[in-house]
Amino acid sequence: MDNLDINITIIDRDGVKHQIEAPTDMAMNLMEVVRSYELAPEGTIGICGGMAMCASCQCYVLSDTELPEMQDDEEAMLSEAFYVKDNSRLGCQIQITPEMEGLEVELAPES
Amino acid sequence: MITTDILIIGAGPTGLFTVFEAGLLKLNCHLIDALPQPGGQCSELYPKKPIYDIPAYPEILAGDLTEKLLEQCKQFEPGFTLGERAETIEKQEDGSFIVTTNKGTKHKAPVIAIAGGLGSFEPRKPLLDNITDYEDCGVEYMIKEPELYRDKKVVIAGGGDSALDWSIFLSDIASSVTLIHRRNEFRGHLDSVEKVQELKNSGKINLITPAEITAINGNGKVENVEVTKKGEAPILVDTDHFIPLFGLSPKLGPIANWGLEIEKNAIKVNNALDYQTNIPGIYAIGDVNTYPGKLKLILCGFHEATLMCQSAYQIINPGKRYVLKYTTVAGVDGFDGTRKEAPKAVVKAIQ
Repeated sequence: MDNLDINITIIDRDGVKHQIEAPTDMAMNLMEVVRSYELAPEGTIGICGGMAMCASCQCYVLSDTELPEMQDDEEAMLSEAFYVKDNSRLGCQIQITPEMEGLEVELAPES
Repeated sequence: MITTDILIIGAGPTGLFTVFEAGLLKLNCHLIDALPQPGGQCSELYPKKPIYDIPAYPEILAGDLTEKLLEQCKQFEPGFTLGERAETIEKQEDGSFIVTTNKGTKHKAPVIAIAGGLGSFEPRKPLLDNITDYEDCGVEYMIKEPELYRDKKVVIAGGGDSALDWSIFLSDIASSVTLIHRRNEFRGHLDSVEKVQELKNSGKINLITPAEITAINGNGKVENVEVTKKGEAPILVDTDHFIPLFGLSPKLGPIANWGLEIEKNAIKVNNALDYQTNIPGIYAIGDVNTYPGKLKLILCGFHEATLMCQSAYQIINPGKRYVLKYTTVAGVDGFDGTRKEAPKAVVKAIQ
């Protein structure tokens, strides 16, 4: 079977860099990948379950990887979230695809 | 003092279904919830969103699920303490517990069922160093008493429905209303957005976008706030009240200090038996608990609630015999005197 994983880098909230493999065939988003590797404590990420309603999965995109365009609900949530920067995205709105090989993100602080 | 058999902390789907299961065992329930309405996340976060994994419902809106659960448990007449957060717990000599809310309401029960989901919903506070100094001195995260703002200057921040709705509402009461949002676009019902536009045009709401509050100033109480538009020098807006409305986020809160074993922001329970915590008589069910293989699903909460009630029955009625009965066979006898039962078979001879 072909390897359907891609390599991505995630910097956790303590500044520790993790190089991990993310499956592209399980309809997972970036927030779920972070949870599956337990890179942020349960209950501090993905609180709303991935509905773009809590911003607990906010991350800063550090690589120039092309990502799906931001939809209205993500933009609206980020406009009310804290610690938002120009490169902020909600991990739950980024579906993992093979094109994202090499993606590097940093988790935003808990708020 | 409110007394009951099972005191349920959290009126979300798991807590509401507990009322039904407890009722079948003739146990009374009372629920405490920090939110002003029952339903938990289902009514607060996503009432209009569909759920697809409730058994027998191919699709149901979260708000409708709440209504159905309330209807299902209605005949067991649950009591509610809403808009109050369970704060402290004291074990009594007779083995029962007294739970006191942040508003001082006391509840006594031999069994506590924590069905607290992700915790109680707390307002999200903007990141301003001194904001806590002004809490209740001009900064309010929720509007409880609109009359407080009569003929006062008010600044509201936020871009959702509550910011829009309160700006509209207070424009008739306050001497001035300033609405500040980080973007030009608001996420709210279309008519609320249009109404704010109208009030802005007629000068009844002062709208500043895209902008942020960057500081609060005042001596002992809020006197003005610093408003910064992107790429511009900050300006000062005189105000008596600053009301940040950035939504609510769940926090485990005071329950974390009840001496319960906590792991991964959840309460550890014995899933091999009855979902009891390390303190006998206190159970944790639904999203708030954790055990090996835990899944945070509504349907798992229902299962946990059912087993928990059987165990609670033994605590409340020590040694008393009981066997599981099917509702189809036994019917449902409400505490309000109603009875539901399967229709009897019709026996009639054929001539």
